Amino acid sequence: MITLTHYLVLSAILFTLGVIGVLIRRNAIIIFMCIELMLNAVNISFVACAHYLNSMQGQLFVFFTMTVAAAEAAVGLAIIVAVFRNKETVNIDDINIMKW
Amino acid sequence: MLNLVALILLFPLIGTVINGLAGKRLKKETVGYIACGAIGLSFLVSILVFCGLLLLPPQERLFEKELFSWIESGSFKAAAGLQVDPLSGIMILIVTGVGLLIHIYSTGYMHEDKGYHRYFCYLNLFTFSMLLLVLGNNFLLMFIGWEAVGLCSYLLIGFWYNKKSASNAAKKAFIVNRVGDFGFILGIMLIFLSFRSIDFTEVFHAASQGTFAVGSFALTLITLLLFMGATGKSAQIPLYTWLPDAMEGPTPVSALIHAATMVTAGVYMIARCNILYMLSPFTMTIVASIGAVTALFAASIGLVQNDIKRVLAYSTISQLGYMFLACGVGAFTAGIFHLMTHAFFKALLFLGSGSVIHAMSGEQDMRKMGGLRRHIPITYKTFLIGTIAIAGIPPFAGFFSKDEIVLESLARGNFFYWSIAIVTSLFTAFYMFRLLFITFHGKSRADHHVMEHLHESPKSMTFPLMVLAGLSSLGGFLGIPGANIMSHFLAPVFGEQGHHTEISGREAGVHHSEGHPYLMMIISTAIAILGIFIAYHLYVKKPELPKILAERFRFIYKLLLNKYYVDEMYDILFVKSLKKISVMLWKHVDTQIIDGSVNGVARLIGRFGDILRFLQTGYVRNYAFYIVLGCIFVIVLTALGK
Amino acid sequence: MEAYIFYIMAAVSVTAAVYLIFEKNPVYSALYLILTLVSIAALYILLEAQFIAAVQIIVYAGAIMVLFLFVIMLLSLNIKEELKDAIPFQKIPALFMGILLFSVLCIILKSKFVQGKQGEYTSAYVASVGNTKLIGNLLFTDYLLPFEITSILLFVAAIGAIMLAKRKL
Repeated sequence: MITLTHYLVLSAILFTLGVIGVLIRRNAIIIFMCIELMLNAVNISFVACAHYLNSMQGQLFVFFTMTVAAAEAAVGLAIIVAVFRNKETVNIDDINIMKW
Repeated sequence: MLNLVALILLFPLIGTVINGLAGKRLKKETVGYIACGAIGLSFLVSILVFCGLLLLPPQERLFEKELFSWIESGSFKAAAGLQVDPLSGIMILIVTGVGLLIHIYSTGYMHEDKGYHRYFCYLNLFTFSMLLLVLGNNFLLMFIGWEAVGLCSYLLIGFWYNKKSASNAAKKAFIVNRVGDFGFILGIMLIFLSFRSIDFTEVFHAASQGTFAVGSFALTLITLLLFMGATGKSAQIPLYTWLPDAMEGPTPVSALIHAATMVTAGVYMIARCNILYMLSPFTMTIVASIGAVTALFAASIGLVQNDIKRVLAYSTISQLGYMFLACGVGAFTAGIFHLMTHAFFKALLFLGSGSVIHAMSGEQDMRKMGGLRRHIPITYKTFLIGTIAIAGIPPFAGFFSKDEIVLESLARGNFFYWSIAIVTSLFTAFYMFRLLFITFHGKSRADHHVMEHLHESPKSMTFPLMVLAGLSSLGGFLGIPGANIMSHFLAPVFGEQGHHTEISGREAGVHHSEGHPYLMMIISTAIAILGIFIAYHLYVKKPELPKILAERFRFIYKLLLNKYYVDEMYDILFVKSLKKISVMLWKHVDTQIIDGSVNGVARLIGRFGDILRFLQTGYVRNYAFYIVLGCIFVIVLTALGK
Repeated sequence: MEAYIFYIMAAVSVTAAVYLIFEKNPVYSALYLILTLVSIAALYILLEAQFIAAVQIIVYAGAIMVLFLFVIMLLSLNIKEELKDAIPFQKIPALFMGILLFSVLCIILKSKFVQGKQGEYTSAYVASVGNTKLIGNLLFTDYLLPFEITSILLFVAAIGAIMLAKRKL
């Protein structure tokens, strides 16, 4: 029998993988993908909770999360394109002027 | 007429403002007319006010005019109010009258000076401040005037500010006065604490109602602190050292400020607070003793000085000592009387010496003068009158006032005071005639160049001399024994008590002197004549004798010539030690502890920042790392909170 | 049957995620991410959220990932991009941090931190009405305002993307 916990653990695994990806990769696009992965991990929790608690709200929340993810991807990728146009790189370590 | 009192203050103030702001663009004559006119108008109004006062019955001679409410803070109230009573009435006449003469004199004396307008601006400001001091109806207003005259004194002593010695003397006067003023303002605070008021009328009324017992601690402390202020301003031991140095200023300034008016502020203040002083016998003893000792001390220094102005400076200190002696034994009338006559003859002497210096092209050393009698006759004659007056030869002014003090010091004081007063009287006669003989008699010791330029001073300078000579000759008749106009006039201020003790004092005086005051007069006149005779003998008859005496009594001569080494002593005691302490404070406390702690805090924060700077890499992933760390922390906290 | 599908899909998604984060080539990474997203969509079907599963495949795997691939293609990135690592010392701590995060999450799950009220949308009821119809109902009644605000968000994102991508402003 698959319980809520199974889903939540899966969600945690995927989320952690996303975090690790963000922390160790230098390619801005891949970091973005890792963020998408984290969002999806959270979505699994939402849907699983909704299912096991006989609620609809979780699914609706996933809907909104996806909208945000879409908007974020659009803007984020536009930023990456703009940065690449200026610095000829998507290596996040080369974009380190946040020091100032 | 009494309502005009505010005008007395207004005119000098207007003169100050005009000369201070526009004086540079005005002609010298205009500046002089404005300054003299301001004081002249002030003098006329003073006469009117004084007449108004005389028209009132003696017991009602107290007029107060509140101009505006100045400070009101809780129970503390200070009004900007003016007060006219017999005491301040006499003072305004002296200040404006002598002031006017000195202004006129200055137009001649300072004519060649570049800072002409600046000089008259200061001089008018000084007159204003002094009048404020005299007319204020509360302690705070008096203190403002007190400080303002101190400031003017500073400005005028250091008038020739590019002369090193003048600016040093100005600083010295200012700083020494600060010491006294410190006591004065503490005294005012204590008065407010004790009486809940600083208004003269209220304080003195409360005091005369017996709020405090005779000799109570609070009153003694108040009067001692006020006296501390007086010693500073009136150049008494131990704060007298600034006055001789103040002679660096222009001579008319020395005459006006450091002889006739400002230095008498202390005497005026003690006379004003006579009720408080009468209630604290201990302070009275201190006042009388310091006055007596100062009188003798300064007179002895005056015996051997060679600078014409310095002799007069020490003479001033000595005469002020007389006034304090009079106040200290309770003879306030005698003190104020002497203040008045002293203002006349000391102003005369200073202006005369100014005329001499003017004639000698700026030479102040008496050893380079001599035989000036024939060259500057008017100066000589007036100077002679002044000298006789200060020496105490009847019927000149100084005789009556000084004699009264000598008499009172025996009648109300003791034999000790009397003997000091008599010895000082001898010294005074001696050093004044020594000055006169060295300067005006004998053969000229000036060089040829100076002698060629020798000339009598212009009319603007000789006129005040003649007026003052007249006053010095006749001023004494205001207080001749038996028909003492002064003491009757001042009786309301010095109260029933003063009046009473004066009568009883006179009776006691009669008792003590086993005869009548005329015997004392004869004694003091004889003493004065003895002094004159010695001076004549030493400096006219046998001019070689002083040198032999100086050789024989080498130690005493050196001691006196170097003013008892008091300046050096103060230098070691206060200046050097203060400097050492200051240097220590600077090197250790300031640079090490204060700067050290401040810099230490800065360095600590800097170090801390250096450590924190490693966190700010500028790498987004690095920041994400910390975000995750924070997230874990928050999650753990939330879980624990459940 | 259900359990098998869950384990298989979970394994696929986790494996694909691992490949995603360790793959050098961004194109492959994107493909692995698509694989993860599809397997998650399968899990949604298991959880009786058919509509969400459909949206997941259409929007995520379709639209967003195509956008990613487009950008990768546009920037013509090659593998050698990732040679320079300014902070190599962060790799090991990052892994440890991941483990720490995971253990913290598991501990919280263990401590029955997640509990909730049972709702009214039972499986039988959802099956009788239909998942899509229920979501549509809720979106256009109770969640109308957030739904409309979402449209504004997308609108703003679209404008933002256009503005950023424009060569000259």
